[in-house]
Amino acid sequence: MTEERPDLANVAPGEPHDSLMSETISYVVGLGLALLLTGISFWVASTSALWGPGIAVGLVVLAIAQMGVHLVFFLHITTGPDNTNNVLALAFGVLIVFLVMIGTIWIMYHLAANMGPSAELMNLQMQH
Amino acid sequence: MSATEAPAIGLTHGSSEDTGLGNRGPQSKSIVVPYGFWLFVLSDIVLFSALFASYASLAKATDFGPGPLQLFSRTTVAVETVALLLSSFVCGLAIIAAKRKSLFWTELWLVVTGLLGLVFLIIELSEFGHMISIGAGPQRSAFLSAFFTLVGCHGAHVTAGLLWIGTMIAQVWAKGFRADIGRRLLCLSIFWHALDIIWVAIFTIVYLIGTLP
Repeated sequence: MTEERPDLANVAPGEPHDSLMSETISYVVGLGLALLLTGISFWVASTSALWGPGIAVGLVVLAIAQMGVHLVFFLHITTGPDNTNNVLALAFGVLIVFLVMIGTIWIMYHLAANMGPSAELMNLQMQH
Repeated sequence: MSATEAPAIGLTHGSSEDTGLGNRGPQSKSIVVPYGFWLFVLSDIVLFSALFASYASLAKATDFGPGPLQLFSRTTVAVETVALLLSSFVCGLAIIAAKRKSLFWTELWLVVTGLLGLVFLIIELSEFGHMISIGAGPQRSAFLSAFFTLVGCHGAHVTAGLLWIGTMIAQVWAKGFRADIGRRLLCLSIFWHALDIIWVAIFTIVYLIGTLP
């Protein structure tokens, strides 16, 4: 009966639109944006024109932007009511990803910093 | 049941057909199956987040062995990135063609998707082979163990995806555009797009930030 009430319907992630034209345009725009962001990332990492300490942060921002492009244009995750379940699952996944990554890096950094000279002996902090 | 009987989600009491899932009943398989697969893909991304976290913790523990600057080539990574991105794009074209039940275009785009994925995998394996041959294998240092676990896990997913693409080429050919084949194709595209999203994180964190001067 979802066909009778399209406003209450759900849509699967990645499900194509009904219009061939809008669907193809979505993919072409997504590909263009992804290529552009990838190109900027590689340029930012290689150039010496930017402020050095900010480059890593900029690269992370560019990567998150590109992931957003993939989600919107390739997986068709939108803010529409038919996407609520997909967005909620995604939000929970992103929450766990951030907890795991930031929590681990935070704890391990302080652990290494508090290890004193033994950390250097074990080469935990030395690059070369 | 007319459309006016369900003014909003939740207002279902009093209906003689109340299923506890709203008086629309459970969603159709074409929604439930890809949604369940979406949940799997998200938990797979959580798994990768643990591998990213361990890589970030161990990235500088090179044990006086070779580090990212000596081992990684940005040119190679750029080629890999473009191959995987184009593969993801062409996979979307295959889904569009499958929705229009065009056998020729679906099969053609699926083959191109698989070939681009294969290009990615061959470049990655030759990179791994080169690193192992110069003594920078996973047993050399904690950095290299974390690197091979993270990037190798992604490569294993791509390998599984290639087997899946080959299976779908055969199934579309042999069984046509049945409803269940359509659901499998959609799940495959979700999987393949998700692998590209994970690769964005890998080339940024491992290959670009790792080789900053």
